[in-house]
Amino acid sequence: MKRLMTGDEAVARGAWEAGVRYASAYPGTPSTEILENLTTYEEIQAEWAPNEKTAMESAIGASIAGVRSMVSMKHVGMNVAADPMFTWAYMGVNGGNVIVTADEPGMYSSQNEQDNRNYAKAAKLAMFEPSDSQECLDMMKAAFDLSEEYDTPVILRMTTRICHSKSIVETGARKDVDIKDWAPNPAKYVCLPAMSRNMRVKMEERFAKLSAYSETSPYNRAEYTDGAKIGVIASGVCYFYGREVFGEDASYLKLGFTNPLPMQLIKDFCSKVDKVYILEENDPYIEEAVQRAGVSCEIFGKNIFPPYGEMTPDVIRKAAFGQTLDTIDFDRSKLIGRAPAFCAGCPHRGLFYRLGKRKDIMISGDIGCYTLGAGKPFKAMDTTVCMGASISLGHGAQRAFDMGDTGRRVVTVIGDSTFFHTGVNSLMNTVYNGTNTINIILDNRITGMTGHQDNPGTGFTAQGDPTTLIDMEELVRAIGVKHVKVIDPNDLRAVDKALDECLALDEPSVIITRWPCVLKKFSQADLDEFDDLFSTRDVVDPDKCIGCKKCLTVGCPALNYHAEEKKAFILPDQCVGCDVCEQVCPVGAIRKEVW
Amino acid sequence: METKSILLVGVGGQGTILASKILTTGLMEAGYDVKMSEIHGMSQRGGSVSSQVRYGDQVFSPVIEKGAADIVVAFEQMEALRALEYLKADGALVVNTQKIDSMSVIVGDEQYPDDVLDEIGKHVQEKAIDATSIAQSLGNSKAANVVLLGTIIKAMGLEHIDWDKILEENIKARFVDLNKKALRAGMEAVS
Repeated sequence: MKRLMTGDEAVARGAWEAGVRYASAYPGTPSTEILENLTTYEEIQAEWAPNEKTAMESAIGASIAGVRSMVSMKHVGMNVAADPMFTWAYMGVNGGNVIVTADEPGMYSSQNEQDNRNYAKAAKLAMFEPSDSQECLDMMKAAFDLSEEYDTPVILRMTTRICHSKSIVETGARKDVDIKDWAPNPAKYVCLPAMSRNMRVKMEERFAKLSAYSETSPYNRAEYTDGAKIGVIASGVCYFYGREVFGEDASYLKLGFTNPLPMQLIKDFCSKVDKVYILEENDPYIEEAVQRAGVSCEIFGKNIFPPYGEMTPDVIRKAAFGQTLDTIDFDRSKLIGRAPAFCAGCPHRGLFYRLGKRKDIMISGDIGCYTLGAGKPFKAMDTTVCMGASISLGHGAQRAFDMGDTGRRVVTVIGDSTFFHTGVNSLMNTVYNGTNTINIILDNRITGMTGHQDNPGTGFTAQGDPTTLIDMEELVRAIGVKHVKVIDPNDLRAVDKALDECLALDEPSVIITRWPCVLKKFSQADLDEFDDLFSTRDVVDPDKCIGCKKCLTVGCPALNYHAEEKKAFILPDQCVGCDVCEQVCPVGAIRKEVW
Repeated sequence: METKSILLVGVGGQGTILASKILTTGLMEAGYDVKMSEIHGMSQRGGSVSSQVRYGDQVFSPVIEKGAADIVVAFEQMEALRALEYLKADGALVVNTQKIDSMSVIVGDEQYPDDVLDEIGKHVQEKAIDATSIAQSLGNSKAANVVLLGTIIKAMGLEHIDWDKILEENIKARFVDLNKKALRAGMEAVS
């Protein structure tokens, strides 16, 4: 059957067709929808893990115990999962195992861009790179077969355009793959030095066999055009970008199996053309291999193409031929920015509004919707590095401030899902080593930024089934934090009071701001716990409004200002009655209405 | 046939994603090769959003280059201006007259200009329609996205596809009639 599918949907479908039984992941753009789609197949036990390392290890365990398993993550997630991955590469599989990484050239929703093909090379793992959704499906199936045949975990490397672009896919049936027997096998599964030294030698033998496979893989193919003297070597979506730009004037070497690379195929291809253009996003991964191969044709790679961002057809056209398409020129001074902002009713608003007013603090942030607190109008974040870094970076910064005797205090902010991801380790560091940082956990009852995935604190599994809820307050106390306050972040006085109390302490403290994400599908537990949950709205009394615009400083998309009447007003279809603006108004012109 | 490129732009929450889903499903069922690319992630938080749709005998790139869109359909005025550089010199532009203030306007850092449509009009013969009001008059302003989808179908000559069937298969039953009317109203608006 033919269907339009995103790359993420096609990866999930391919996994299902390949007979996968176990999958684990932590959400991260652009990879999130892979596991979301896997949860729709009843034959697959698909789970959200607290972080990518945990997900990787669980998938390793499932493979060792005999089932086909997979793990998916965004590019930076692979940094978290790298520790088990490098040793897993030594061991080899029982049930087939595929590791999906979704890289983000262009950084649409990420803190950095990194080319995770380097991980395949460093860990000596086989790697596929799909160019469209059909290849996502086909390569997943091929990867599982290859994994078992060559006794290796296999990496499938995607990028944002592959994950989130739709193209037509021919789907098939599920392959029935039996659960394999497990038996103790320390020589394969216990990585003590004596064992690992043997495995290390075997890895090289495996790599040589994979090199032979790469030369004849159906996913590495030369497409010659009669008389063409220009060659294009490309992987991933760049193959199609190349087709768009070079058209019928070039021959193509399409590389879909890219570790190890097919060196003989590359040499043969290069011997038939005068010039070769190497199209790949981010690092010169293929290019360096071509350079090493000692080919005689002229090579165009990162000497003309950018090593960062996306290599879309316009970028290639400009770099290769100095050409751009004709575009309409207009008065750009008329453009206004449209950066993302906290939603109307977002529980982060009240906290950041008050936190941004504090002097002599450094605010150590983390990864999530709340990173938007760095921007206007809040300006309430000074650092953001990676998942879980807020608390530990804040600890180190506090140490340094204390040495300088500055009196400056560090406040850290982290989301609930991010706290469970790696923040919990960071908090242990703070408590163990003892700084007096104020650590705020923004508990909006869901993983927000990636589109509402359950996590250990929500009480539901990836399938939405009830499960044990890990009580964040109890967990924090168990780690050894004595001062723990749970507050409603929409109550500005409560925010101020909690901050005042914690800033007066000479030991670590935790403030849990507890109010659900406005976009969340509320559970019965949410409805029971939170009164009047978004069932009211605020209105401006125009007779009382003095037009001071103070309310607009809370940065709410539901608030607007009527320039002629010099009055603020609230868009009734957007407001959900969080009352933050009502508390800010100096003349009591905003009041609450119950629907 | 040569590959055609349709760019839908708007603000998160305006329904560009559903409109492009219906569009691409119809194109696929009509036998075209189709590719679509979207950037989401921050889309529900008031940022700019776009869906790029390409169809033809064989589509290579899923993204549209600047200067290569046969039609740009903007769900909001400012987004029409922002997307203008994607339009071919002889391409069509449909703009919904709705204006949505961004956060920079709300907090007073920038002013939303009054003459966005005038600026667009200096460069292209745009078709401005009030899709939100049209949808409202049919019963629900949320169907503005399907009104705008109707304008694409008309402008690109895709009337031969059975859109009623596609709507029935992709929209909740109680909204199907509304959306069929919205699609027709959009087609008429650019006739």
